[in-house]
Amino acid sequence: MNPTEAPDLVTTIGLEVHVELKTNTKMFCGCPVGFGGEPNSRVCPVCLGHPGTLPTMNEKAVEYTTKIAMALGCDIAPRSVFHRKNYFYPDMPKNYQISQYDLPVGERGSLEVEVDGEFYTVGITRAHLEEDTGKSLHIGGGGRIHDADYSLEDFNRAGTPLVEIVSEPDITSPAVARAYATELRSILEYLGVSDVRMEEGSMRVDANISVAPPGERGKKVEVKNMNSLRSVFRALEYEEKRQREVLRSGGSVTQSTRHWDEKAGRTQELRTKEEAFDYRYFPEPDLVPLEPAVEWLRQLREEQPELPIERAKRYQRDLGLSSYDAGVLRSTKALGDLFEQALAAAKKADAKQVSNWVTNDLMSLLAAVPEGTKNPPLTGSNLAELVDMVAGGDLSKSQAQQVLQKTLETGRRPREIADESGIKQVSDEGALEAAIDAVLAANPDVAERLRSGDNKPFGFLMGEVMKATKGQGNPKVVSGLIRKKIS
Amino acid sequence: MGIGRQQVEHVAKLARLALTEEELNLFEGQLSAILEHAATVTKLDTEGVEPTSHSMPLMNVLRPDVVIPPIGSAAALANAPAEEDGHFRVPRILDDES
Ligand SMILES: [Zn+2]
Repeated sequence: MNPTEAPDLVTTIGLEVHVELKTNTKMFCGCPVGFGGEPNSRVCPVCLGHPGTLPTMNEKAVEYTTKIAMALGCDIAPRSVFHRKNYFYPDMPKNYQISQYDLPVGERGSLEVEVDGEFYTVGITRAHLEEDTGKSLHIGGGGRIHDADYSLEDFNRAGTPLVEIVSEPDITSPAVARAYATELRSILEYLGVSDVRMEEGSMRVDANISVAPPGERGKKVEVKNMNSLRSVFRALEYEEKRQREVLRSGGSVTQSTRHWDEKAGRTQELRTKEEAFDYRYFPEPDLVPLEPAVEWLRQLREEQPELPIERAKRYQRDLGLSSYDAGVLRSTKALGDLFEQALAAAKKADAKQVSNWVTNDLMSLLAAVPEGTKNPPLTGSNLAELVDMVAGGDLSKSQAQQVLQKTLETGRRPREIADESGIKQVSDEGALEAAIDAVLAANPDVAERLRSGDNKPFGFLMGEVMKATKGQGNPKVVSGLIRKKIS
Repeated sequence: MGIGRQQVEHVAKLARLALTEEELNLFEGQLSAILEHAATVTKLDTEGVEPTSHSMPLMNVLRPDVVIPPIGSAAALANAPAEEDGHFRVPRILDDES
């Protein structure tokens, strides 16, 4: 082959995602799970690894992990076992982490993602349950572990139930990687099993990326410290480009771990030891195996929510919504639920009208509410009432926007708010005709121009009538009446 | 089937054990004896026998997800060799490097 015609390089990405479960207590002890707070305030002899203490499994964490594995289409292990992963690092006071090794809760699943209208299936290797570590604070040397004088340990997080979800190296681009992480976060949010806040670390994404000619195996580079979905994309895009340039210039990529620097917009190689990790996994003798009962699994399957991607497809297929609208409505479970409740309660408005109110007006109002889309302060029946009032001509669009804002602020019914503040739309022809006559009489020249076929001053007349009706005139009825009068 | 000296040193390093020359010799012999015994056991026909990691016929021992009040940071730190600002203070982590 002519060396200038080098074959295209293929990118291969696999993602490893860790999610903290939203349980009340830690994985193996009764300490409360939380974020922040006084250091070492949520600890006990078990999670501090004191000699003689014994772990006991949190049943909720087992349930949540099983639900995650099910939602990812994994085979649920009829028998799964915990192992000790041994390593020396002070964020793990026992000197081992209880994790799973060859018998995880779930294996062999898949996840479907959409990028620009194209669907991709990413294989899931496994989903397993383990415990999170504590947090280290490095003192001196600019806070970097390598130059620090010493470190401080806070074990509040140590022992928090953590699920690790490993993808197959099926991902072919940074965009698909971001879509995978986004879809996974959405599924976890729908399941209600995790806060999935990347900025607080309750969802953490690490990646393996390699670039090689088709059919060849590239050197894997692990990328860490991507703290948002955006940085997953940016870091992988950077790394893909870097590796391509190295290969194109005849160099070779070194197998390594690299740290994403969000500010600088680049990855940097971490100083790591050459020797391979040897965790000496062995079965945790203090815990007995999990053997989920068939009946319990059946019950969990029944409780599974519709997955977000299925919901979006259903909205397009059954309700005729656009892909964009369906995408907004499925973005959180609460938003989709709200839409469906409103649609069920609406008497006049159709799916498209209800959807428009959610995706446009409500979304912009919710942007000002913390966690607004995850927990919208609005009931389905209130939204239905509002949209029905617009559909029935009782409120204009801009009036309804005002009422919606007040409903969000107070939680009161839209009809009550509109009645009390005298916000209404006048569609009664008799009442409107008087106003129109007065405006026409006051502007005889304008009326004359319209009659002679010059349509330009029409908007001016509309404005005058709306002013005269204090904005309450139904624009459709008003314009119909003006046309009738000047014809 | 024995264990080499290098392997004993490797395992000792992983376990952060500083062993003397005498101890290395001692454990090389002892560990080899254990592995030889295991080799004898593996000769048994175990066709159809499930691997065991537990001797008790127990499974699914779970606890409800209910908070037990933690002991508080003062008690947690009471046995700490060093503390600072409510944290356990530990020596420089990567000091064995380079
Ligand atoms: Zn604890």
